[in-house]
Amino acid sequence: MTQDKPKPMPPAKPVVPPAPSPYPGYQLSPLKPGSELKHSSPLVACRFDPSGNWLVTASQDNALQRWELATSKKTDLAGHSSWVRGFAFSTDGKTLFSGGYDGQILAWPLTVAQPEPIRQVRAHDGWIRSLGFHGGNIVSAGNDGRISIRGANDLREVIAWQAHDCHVYQVAYSPDGTKILSGDHKGRVKVWEKDGRLIREFVIPGLHKYDTGFRADIGGVRAWSFAPDGNAVACAGITNVSNAFAGVGNPLIVLADWTTGKIRIDLKPKEAFQGTMWGVVWNPAGFIVGAAGGNGGMLWFWKPDQQAELFAHKLPDNVRDMAQSSDGKRIAVAFQGGTVRVYPISA
Amino acid sequence: MSSLRGCGSAEHVISRRAALGAFAAGSTAAFTGNVLAAPLTQQNKRVLMVFLAGGVSQLETWDPKPGAPTGGPFRAIPTSVTGTHVCELLPNTAMQMHRLALVRGINTAEDDHGKGSYIMHTGRRQEPSVTYPHLGSLVARMVADPDNPLPGYLHVQPGGGGGSSAGDAAFLGPRFGSVSISDGKPPVNIDLPGGITLARDDSRHAMRQKADARFLASRHTAETEAYTQTHDQARQMMAKKKLFDVANEPGRLADRYGRHDFGRHCLLARRLLEGGAPFVKVTHTNYDTHHENFDFHIERMGEFDLTFATLLEDLHQRGILSSTLVLVISEFGRTPSINRNYGRDHWSKAWSIALAGHGIVPGAVTGKTNAQGTAVVDRQVNGGHLFATYFKALGLDHTKKHYIDQRPIPMTDPAASPIAEILA
Repeated sequence: MTQDKPKPMPPAKPVVPPAPSPYPGYQLSPLKPGSELKHSSPLVACRFDPSGNWLVTASQDNALQRWELATSKKTDLAGHSSWVRGFAFSTDGKTLFSGGYDGQILAWPLTVAQPEPIRQVRAHDGWIRSLGFHGGNIVSAGNDGRISIRGANDLREVIAWQAHDCHVYQVAYSPDGTKILSGDHKGRVKVWEKDGRLIREFVIPGLHKYDTGFRADIGGVRAWSFAPDGNAVACAGITNVSNAFAGVGNPLIVLADWTTGKIRIDLKPKEAFQGTMWGVVWNPAGFIVGAAGGNGGMLWFWKPDQQAELFAHKLPDNVRDMAQSSDGKRIAVAFQGGTVRVYPISA
Repeated sequence: MSSLRGCGSAEHVISRRAALGAFAAGSTAAFTGNVLAAPLTQQNKRVLMVFLAGGVSQLETWDPKPGAPTGGPFRAIPTSVTGTHVCELLPNTAMQMHRLALVRGINTAEDDHGKGSYIMHTGRRQEPSVTYPHLGSLVARMVADPDNPLPGYLHVQPGGGGGSSAGDAAFLGPRFGSVSISDGKPPVNIDLPGGITLARDDSRHAMRQKADARFLASRHTAETEAYTQTHDQARQMMAKKKLFDVANEPGRLADRYGRHDFGRHCLLARRLLEGGAPFVKVTHTNYDTHHENFDFHIERMGEFDLTFATLLEDLHQRGILSSTLVLVISEFGRTPSINRNYGRDHWSKAWSIALAGHGIVPGAVTGKTNAQGTAVVDRQVNGGHLFATYFKALGLDHTKKHYIDQRPIPMTDPAASPIAEILA
């Protein structure tokens, strides 16, 4: 266990000049980090716990880091044998579930001094990239194309089904907990009953391409976030890919009504930025935040009904992931350099 | 040019072919040596080259570094050879490791695609004064039976294109260049045109032969002979057209190879090798993974692994693996660092290839990289060593020379020796 003290950080450089926030109670520009938490290995994911007291990150050294935000104290969590991109928390916030590229789900007592895995199960043949939690169950999806529901207490599988013919990048319970949504490598979103019956399937335009030159699929639903009213989902990734193997493309967020499959709007940065939208969050106040990495790092704020962004901020490093606290007052961005920065956005 | 026709001895027959090749290539060089002697014609030996185009990652294949800071997300798995581990993306190939040998200490010091490919196909770095022939052309020239109806160097590759690449043969001459089997489909026009019966085609061919003979009597050049030879070979290939049709294979075997391009292409390669083709190269794209290296290697290795393992097993079951030198190469490896796009870039300083079959010690591993995979720490070799090893495995003398305008050209890099520890 090591302790990293917060360092004073200069504000992220605003690309769009500061302007009054259209969202009362929120200060979206300038964007100034409240804390900077440094790990020794590049980060790949980050999430706030429901209480907002902890931030969990994952890194390329196969480890998890639990950060106590009040003190910036770091606790390393070892247990996976590969990278971790999937996180979920029990409703009471006491249990952290992590899903890794080793195909395993691990359950951790989040709030104890030194968490050790209390349960673990090999849940998928191939990478797990996403987890969801609702009503005492965990839902997971993996590169094997399966969706699996397990009891959170014992991690025993309740039901599973073959859901996609390619890698599944996202899975979640709908905000009301009645349905399951999944998003895949080919930019398709599927809506399921919890017994595995398919209700609806639709394609997110622009988030997938088969590159005939490289003979490979590129894109997919790399991040997503539900609207405060629960009816829409913001899907993020890369578009306009002209060279799949060099990652030449632009970040994109597409808002879709998952209850109908209707596409609402594309949110594209005005400035040409080369990279992938690795993170998207839909704030309880209604605005949308996107964070992209590739040729550096950028963060944008949008109104959900307006293509032009409200604010754009250049970030100091290459973005790998973004998360939002449950109260919507803080945003965390995980960077390739091993740092996670927490940005307060409340006024 | 009649002097080149020689006395009919084996030496002169071979010399004539080499000289014709040199002239046909448009070179001013004239082959005058006699070192390509009869022992160089080796019957019943074949070479299969699997070329992973773009630069396959050694970390995601033959030399995994799980737990290293830049080792990536994949784990290492045991193989059928105790103590040898490979990346978890190769579970089926791992079970064939007792038939494979690994060279983990390659430093070709060339990170450019074209130049790296040249090294791996010729065993030499590019030089302004001479262009060296591909291994496939050397095998076509030195190992293949001159009467083999199939081209000596066949290249099964995805996508369009086609035809032949005479330049691959360099001074050996265009008849030893590669002939492309594009997208695994039979060569175009392999069937007689509609309305032309076999008897009529024979008649037309006989007439063409007479005309050629008259022309050759007064203007015998390498080009004219190559022209005639091309017609003859085309007719021989037409007679062998079933070899190019993988639809003749059992469905279950085709399933096992994989119902994708690489699966079809490897199945075709096996048919061609079994049918007598001396050198078949199969290209699998696309490994140039500067972006999302790990996702793309899951996809690429997902095709390669079962297909290649099936191919090895199939060659073994048919009893031809022992007479076939198998090479799995690329133009270089990939960086033991992970870039901002989860990619790996070009890395030629410490990477790996795999070999199997004729002349190779099964299960052998040579060379070692450091814990980070950044450098070779034991038994470093380059393209010259690899070529000397291929020669030795095929029973050829790697110290011999070509002679171009009396100028001796060593067949392999004279500074490099075979990798003895992987040679049977």
